[in-house]
Formats: sequence, C-alpha cells, structure tokens
Amino acid sequence: MDIQDLEKRLLNDFQRDLPLEPRPFLAMAERLGVTEDEVLSALGDLRDTGAISRVGAVIRPNSVGASTLAAMAVPPQDLERVAALVSAHAAVNHNYEREHRLNLWFVVTAPDADGVAAVLDDISERTGLAVLDLPMLEGYHLDLGFALQWT
Amino acid sequence: MIDDIDRRIIIETQGGLPLVPRPYAAVADAVGTTAEDVTARMTRMLDAGIIRRIGAVPNHYALGYRGNGMSVWDVPDERVSELGRRIGALDFVSHCYHRPRHLPDWPYNLFAMVHGKDRDAVRDEVAAIAALLGEANRGHRVLFSTRILKKTGLRLAG
Repeated sequence: MDIQDLEKRLLNDFQRDLPLEPRPFLAMAERLGVTEDEVLSALGDLRDTGAISRVGAVIRPNSVGASTLAAMAVPPQDLERVAALVSAHAAVNHNYEREHRLNLWFVVTAPDADGVAAVLDDISERTGLAVLDLPMLEGYHLDLGFALQWT
Repeated sequence: MIDDIDRRIIIETQGGLPLVPRPYAAVADAVGTTAEDVTARMTRMLDAGIIRRIGAVPNHYALGYRGNGMSVWDVPDERVSELGRRIGALDFVSHCYHRPRHLPDWPYNLFAMVHGKDRDAVRDEVAAIAALLGEANRGHRVLFSTRILKKTGLRLAG
C-alpha cells in the first residue's frame, strides 16, 4: 500500500473505533497489512499537514462542562478588533466569520454554565455589542464520523 | 456521571492521544493510574455516550470541504425533534441541533451543519433538506463561513 492509500484508509476507516487495547496502532497496522511504525508515521503526517486535527476522543457537548454557540452583529470596521478580542478568550474554541448581519459566530466552553455566562458578559461589556446566546437544547446527530468523498 | 479521574483523562486527551506505540499507558502516567484503568474508563464513557467516538478527527476544510455552510431553519417547535432526527441522519450533515430562537432578530430553531466540496454542493444539499422538510420549513438561511478565526479542540481548564 502506498502512503496515499494508507492515509486515505486511516482517514476513512478510523474516524471511530480506535482500538482500546494496549497497542492500538499495532492493531490498526495488522488490519491494514502495514507496520505499526508506518501507521504512526502516517498519522503524524496527517496531523502535521492539518488533514486531521488529532487522533483522540470526540466528547459529547455539555457532558464535561458547559458550552454554547454565540453570535454577534459586528460593524465591519470593528470586525478585526472584536474577532481578536473574542479569540483571545481561552474559553472560545471555535470562532468563524459568516456572511450574515450576525457575522461573528463562536463556541464558548467553560467548567459550568456560570462560567459560560461570565465569558459572554465580558465580551458584551468590552465591545458594547449584544451577544446572542444559542445553547444546544437537543442534538440529533451522533457524530459517528463523516464519509469522505475522494475525487 | 463522571468522576475526577474520568475528567482528567478527558483533559489529558482533549488535544489528541500521543502518537506512540502505547498511548493509553502515556495517558495513564499523566493522570496517575494504569493503562488498563484508562481503557476501561474510556470504554465506559463510550458506552455511556459521553465519548462519541475515538479516532482520527478530520479537518474538513483542510481536506477540501470548503463549503462549510451552517444552515438554519424555522420549523414548528412541536416537530423539531422529529425533523431534527431526520436531518441529522443525512450523510452530508455533521451536526444537527435544536437551539432557541431570539425573536425578532433570529427566528431559526434548528441548525444543521452541511459540508460539501464547494458552495454549489452545499446549496444542493440545503435544497435537499428543504425538500425533506416541505411545509414544515417556514424559512431558512445558509450562513457560509468566510474565515476561520480560531479552531481548537475541546478545551477545559485543568
């Protein structure tokens, strides 16, 4: 198997069910017919190039700590400054600019709901702008991975 | 539901498992338990749904999924669970959540993150959702992302 095929198999077949045994990468290597070193090296390359963000656990929202999705309508001339202020919060783990009057969307995660509220209050106070609080009320997708299409 | 050691395992692994032959042993050393205990606890958290999956977490954008549209829908509240489950089951939807409306500015109560190679692909997928919803769709928008300003995994204060 060449490196490209190995990387595709790792991406497609191992978004879930990483073996929970002492040497998980060896178990993957045996399934793929390659060596443990080749699996580790390919995963390291995928991580270093940004194709994967990590090899690890995806945690259900709000099972450890609390989180919310927040949105702000930021005047275009202030966007850089406000976006930087928002991103600088350690509690903010995603921050996107989107095409809408509500143009700044970010996720806030904290140990508890009071911590989330404090971050939203702080951002609102420091920017003088309203922050829309859109917490998840119910989730409908188990996020069991995503079928990648190779073209 | 989870105790302090579970929480420490999550914090220790949130940035990813170390890419070494015995990653669970490395996590065990860091949290002060055994590798067997780490895998037993992770198995229990998987079964309980606290951990949704363990594996390679793809970065859709880096893999060429440049569409990344957040579709938002105004559907009747009494049908949101039923409709949310149907949309969440579509293979191009990575997340589907019920969130509160904020009237009058924000009438949408159902969010579905849609991924495609480009915006046209995302628009086709959104049209498929609209067809599925039929008359239950009282209004929708697609908010394309123009920039990723920050993206990290789950972060909890240790």
